[in-house]
Amino acid sequence: MTELSASPPAADGPSTPARRAPTRTPEFEARLKKRYAAERRFKLAGLSAILFSVGVLAFLLITMTINGIGGFQRAEMNVPIDFTEAGLIADPVAMAQPGAAQTLEAQGLPAIVEFFAEEQLGAAAADEISDTAWRLVADEIMADPAILNGTVTLSLPASPNLAAGLAGEGSDEMKALAARLVADGKLETKFDAGFLQRADATDPQQVGIWGALKGSMLTMFVTLILAFPIGVMAALYLEEYAPKNRWTDLIEVSVNNLAAVPSIIFGLLGLAVFLWLFPNMRSAPLIGGMTLALMTMPVIVISGRNAIKAVPPSIRDGALAIGASQVQVVFHHVLPLALPGILTGTIIGMARALGETAPLLMIGMRAFVATPPDGFTSPATVLPVQIFLWSDEIDRGFVERTSAAIIVLLIFLLLMNGLAIYLRNRFEKKW
Amino acid sequence: MVTVIHPNLEDTDAKMSARGVSVYYGDKKAIDDVSIDIPTKYVTAFIGPSGCGKSTFLRTLNRMNDTIPSARVEGEVTLDGEDIYRSKMDVVQLRARVGMVFQKPNPFPKSIYDNVAYGPKIHGLATGKTELDEVVEKSLRRAGLWNEVKDRLEDSGTALSGGQQQRLCIARAIAVDPEVILMDEPCSALDPIATAKIEELIDELNGHYAIVIVTHSMQQAARVSQRTAFFHLGKVVEYGRTSDIFTTPLEERTKDYITGRYG
Amino acid sequence: MVEHTVKAFDEDITRLRGLIAEMGGLAEMAIQDAMEALIKGDQELADGVVKRDKKIDVLESEVDKLSVRIIALRAPMADDLREVIAALKIAGVVERIGDYSKNIAKRVGKIEARNHFEPLTLLPAMADIAAEMVHDVLTAYAARDPVLAREVIATDNKVDAFYNSIFRNVVSYMVENPATISSAAQILFVARNLERIGDHATNVAEMVHFAATGNYPPDEDR
Repeated sequence: MTELSASPPAADGPSTPARRAPTRTPEFEARLKKRYAAERRFKLAGLSAILFSVGVLAFLLITMTINGIGGFQRAEMNVPIDFTEAGLIADPVAMAQPGAAQTLEAQGLPAIVEFFAEEQLGAAAADEISDTAWRLVADEIMADPAILNGTVTLSLPASPNLAAGLAGEGSDEMKALAARLVADGKLETKFDAGFLQRADATDPQQVGIWGALKGSMLTMFVTLILAFPIGVMAALYLEEYAPKNRWTDLIEVSVNNLAAVPSIIFGLLGLAVFLWLFPNMRSAPLIGGMTLALMTMPVIVISGRNAIKAVPPSIRDGALAIGASQVQVVFHHVLPLALPGILTGTIIGMARALGETAPLLMIGMRAFVATPPDGFTSPATVLPVQIFLWSDEIDRGFVERTSAAIIVLLIFLLLMNGLAIYLRNRFEKKW
Repeated sequence: MVTVIHPNLEDTDAKMSARGVSVYYGDKKAIDDVSIDIPTKYVTAFIGPSGCGKSTFLRTLNRMNDTIPSARVEGEVTLDGEDIYRSKMDVVQLRARVGMVFQKPNPFPKSIYDNVAYGPKIHGLATGKTELDEVVEKSLRRAGLWNEVKDRLEDSGTALSGGQQQRLCIARAIAVDPEVILMDEPCSALDPIATAKIEELIDELNGHYAIVIVTHSMQQAARVSQRTAFFHLGKVVEYGRTSDIFTTPLEERTKDYITGRYG
Repeated sequence: MVEHTVKAFDEDITRLRGLIAEMGGLAEMAIQDAMEALIKGDQELADGVVKRDKKIDVLESEVDKLSVRIIALRAPMADDLREVIAALKIAGVVERIGDYSKNIAKRVGKIEARNHFEPLTLLPAMADIAAEMVHDVLTAYAARDPVLAREVIATDNKVDAFYNSIFRNVVSYMVENPATISSAAQILFVARNLERIGDHATNVAEMVHFAATGNYPPDEDR
């Protein structure tokens, strides 16, 4: 084939010396070195930032753990009780009934416990047994009435003063007593599983986190079922259906601002509106949930809108072109693809709601609630409020319990986030 | 300016026709008084330089311009004689009768089976597993994709190659048994072999559906179509048999464009 | 005429036209040189015509190659395509015109006593017309001028008329001067060649018309 392209233009001629390309001069190489140095500095800065953040986080976790470990333990005394001498009557049928503890109390169980404590541990120690220790014995009997036939060594909680003594604080008298009992093998610090099963109490030895935990769970549940559907629906409507005019702009600005409103104002709103509507339900998870839902919804709307905006228009076009109606496009195509982003926003919102104290204080969830809530409308408290209340207590025993409660809160948060991340990964689709 | 229409166009049924169609984006006029027929049994190609309005006009045929808030359509566009904009025709039903394949293949992020079955499902054209299986197989066979995917119908549609994805989109469009298929530069994102397969597919579909294809490649228009309309600045300058347009164009602008003298 | 956006395409077309023009020029020259050699009995001139015919053959082969290349690489459409196809066919025809001129030149040595050979004097006029037809038709090709092409087609009548006249003339000369029959026969052959050249020029004109308009000229011109 004949070559048809014109010959290349003549070179500049032998008069021009061979010239290095502009990217091969020494000046260029010097500039290049500077650019790489800037890269390294930037990387270093980033790395330092990460290390700092991780360090702070590690510091927080380690401190909390160290402080809180003690909160999962309590001082207990070993008291052998010979039931054969006690003369208690407890048939299994009666023990299964509610009110069984009262019948045992009527039979004199508290006195029996005190008697044996005195006999085994001495009068001074017997004084330092928790007043409500007999209830534990009653629980044991109710669980297994057969123990009445023999001798059982039960582990009974000590009083706060003795526990303090064991910890090396409080009066010298207590410290001495504690030391003596420990030497005798009668007093030790045991893992307190009941911490996670009991509700609030005045006695730090008797206190439990379950009441607040259950309250938090119920409140979070209410928050989720209110905020999530409303938030997602609002986001869908704003993105897919609302005409682009000044009214929707106004709504968008309002929602954005709502997300930035201090949480205590939502508490005021809850107080004014919800408690006015339901005056009997002060400090109920329902009211608390509604208040927190108001606070969480804007976050879900904003992240939902961004997630929906990120769905490529080609997917929508493809669905529309096949004859899908607007609703079908939204629910069959847009929502599934936007779900990971929406869930991320929900995680953020819910995590914030979990840790909120101020609005719930305003609607009265600050009361001392001795029993775990029965349902959504019974009085309850939540974990952050509980932590706040305990931290206010004078009794020294509450310090470790507070840290333990913080650990429980963190674990709850972790589980909640873990669940949401799992759900998000499951719904993640590549397009 | 009146469209120059070639002679030698025997009377064919017009499946869709446009009369005096103008399309505005806000104040900007994108399509200016276009009147053209889309014959039932042929492939019609729209060619023209960038920005001349061929894609815009294509989208008026299945009311996809409705999704753009500032778009406004004047004039009459009919499908089997019924005006698709003014009459009671439901836009969802219209889009089931007039399908569309896009420039960049856009399969749903679902399985291959679900991609094809989606249309029939939502329109209620096939219910129950057996019927759906049949529709899916028939559509995939027609699109020339069945043998390549029959063993992996549950795989994601997005895991296929570009050419296969486009054939999947065509199968998806076919599954609702349309009367017209609109193709907006279907091969521009594909390599030559995939392109050739799509062109072969268009040849096979020819006669079963009225096909309208917008293309940047004149060679492609010449290869696959029987009728060609040359668009320029929002108007149809010339319309006629493809062989006539490409061997003896009547308008200077058409000639300049197809011989590469444009611009 | 607006240029192609890809300039190399224009360069290809220009080169193609150049080759055709060169072929045409050589063919035209061959006709005139052959005629002059015939009249003057110039054997050297005649040999030159024969030799230069090879050049025309080479050019035809180049036109073939270039046309195929343009079609493969440029995908010409509409009038570009018709021009390339026409160039292919025209090259073939011009090559045959060259061959006819060569044939005329070969007969130079076979005519005796030319100074007194009366019929010889009729030929130059015919050759002029034929050469002019070739010239005009190639001008028409370069200018994509269908009108000029049709004029060339009309001129073929004159060539045919010349041929008929010469034929009658030579035949009667042969009858009267039987001794000159072999030379006179050569004259007939030369006239025949010129008439064929005219026909070929007409072919070229038809192709030029097709390239320019997409249609062959209407029947009455042929």
